[in-house]
Amino acid sequence: MSIDIDTARRVAKLARIRVEEADLPALAGELSGILTFMEQLNEVDVTGVEPMTSVTPMRLKRRKDEVTDGNIQSQILKNAPDAREGFFAVPKVVE
Amino acid sequence: MSANSWTIAAARDALRKGEISATDLTMACLTAIDAGDALGAFVHKTPEIALDQARAADARLRAGDAPSMCGIPLGIKDLFATRGVPSQAASNILGGFKPEYESTVTTKLFDAGAVMLGKLNMDEFAMGSSNETSCYGNAVNPWKVDGRKLTPGGSSGGSAAAVAGDLCLAATGTDTGGSIRQPAAFTGIVGIKPTYGRVSRWGIVAFASSLDQAGPMTKTVRDAAIFLQAMAGHDPKDSTSADLPVPDFEAALTGDIRGKKIGLPREYRMDGMPAEIDKLWADGAAMLKDAGAEIVDISLPHTKYALPAYYVIAPAEASSNLARYDGVRYGHRAKLAQGDGITEMYEKTRAEGFGKEVQRRVMIGTYVLSAGFYDAYYNRARKVRALIKRDFELAFAAGVDAILTPATPSAAFGLGEMSSADPIEMYLNDVFTVTVNLAGLPGISVPVGLDKQGLPLGLQLIGRPWEEGDLLNHAYVLERAAGFVAKPAKWW
Repeated sequence: MSIDIDTARRVAKLARIRVEEADLPALAGELSGILTFMEQLNEVDVTGVEPMTSVTPMRLKRRKDEVTDGNIQSQILKNAPDAREGFFAVPKVVE
Repeated sequence: MSANSWTIAAARDALRKGEISATDLTMACLTAIDAGDALGAFVHKTPEIALDQARAADARLRAGDAPSMCGIPLGIKDLFATRGVPSQAASNILGGFKPEYESTVTTKLFDAGAVMLGKLNMDEFAMGSSNETSCYGNAVNPWKVDGRKLTPGGSSGGSAAAVAGDLCLAATGTDTGGSIRQPAAFTGIVGIKPTYGRVSRWGIVAFASSLDQAGPMTKTVRDAAIFLQAMAGHDPKDSTSADLPVPDFEAALTGDIRGKKIGLPREYRMDGMPAEIDKLWADGAAMLKDAGAEIVDISLPHTKYALPAYYVIAPAEASSNLARYDGVRYGHRAKLAQGDGITEMYEKTRAEGFGKEVQRRVMIGTYVLSAGFYDAYYNRARKVRALIKRDFELAFAAGVDAILTPATPSAAFGLGEMSSADPIEMYLNDVFTVTVNLAGLPGISVPVGLDKQGLPLGLQLIGRPWEEGDLLNHAYVLERAAGFVAKPAKWW
């Protein structure tokens, strides 16, 4: 399966990574190379095989759904690139 | 021999006898670190924290309350969140990030009295096999045989360089496809990736959550046993952490493997494998045989599909895990142009913050998870993964106790030598180690010999799930038989 320039542009968009138009052909080529390598998986007969979901069969632990902390607003905002009045600040989201 | 070159076991005994103080031991390491900048290993030094912790350790030692790791100076991979100390996963996108919390592993180590000397270089988000994708620049292998600077391997390249160069007694690493074992082999040290779930992943920056596991990188197998003991154990904050008792790993080192069955998987004999690697492997098998083990030929038929399956699953999980780096809550945010909205903020931030290899893997992951391709790639890879795991289960069910393989397809290569190569050529470094992550098994790399240039080579032992003690004992026998004592000549 080879990736064309339109697909490379769409993947970059989905991944929310800006790629300049001029860089798309090289990206498409690289991604195609990696996907060709993955095509080997088609040689394997996987009929009746369940996809692996966990390494060791064990039931995930459940915990009580309860509040265990709080009042740490300043800690949560401490690393934010832009925080104002106790909130994370971002550019305009809706027109 | 200055104290920074000691093993954990030797330091523990000397500390307990009062032959050295934790403060003096820490000072010896801090001096070595300052003299070792050319290795590019320590990227954030924390001498104040180290000396505070060392003084506290000395108080505990005086009070007779000293666990094995008390007063032991360690390096911590940059992937671990450490409170108030930069924790960037070697990425510009986490530039300036200082966590408000401490990872479970470092919490356990500090509770045991260990000393943190600083944060260690690595490949960006642990994606790489040469430490060349780091935002801090390369880490450099202390081993050098000509004018070239060699890679210490990756992704835990800073950890490997720091331990092999005697900048610290031991270091934490993490391993998603070989990132502890490959750098350990390239630098002549010991590295163990425990069974998936043995060590808590809480507070470790996630790459591929079903494959990531932290472990120790040390100068000896005994040190790996002592260090792993302090890292391991159930953690309610990691739902995949196993609620199983942690046995005494050091006590498992009996040196007796008589009657044990060691499997040599025939599929690991790759076309074009260097004769030196083949010979090392045969020598290792002979050493275990001399120690009374039985060597058997085994088959792991799906081995050749491990790398393609890994390079579907790991990027898929990474694309999901790395979605959180959006310039809102922490780290880097791109400068925006007039009129840019939130989408431009995401796209510019991620283009500036992520390096090329990380971008490539996030996009591959995005593609294989996208509508229409999920079954063809991701689900198929998960099915192949189940078959790879079954290969190992069948081998163990047939009575095999441990599996012996080469750790890497070559010795350390020169920094920059793979830069024009296809990404897949770099991925081939993980060919012997990646199966172990896919199957969730414990694996350990042990230095066994030098190649004809004089560079270290390692062998890998793979154990049954949750049997790290038995695995370490096999490694201990191999280590003693190989008698690897070579050290890199100091050039830095």
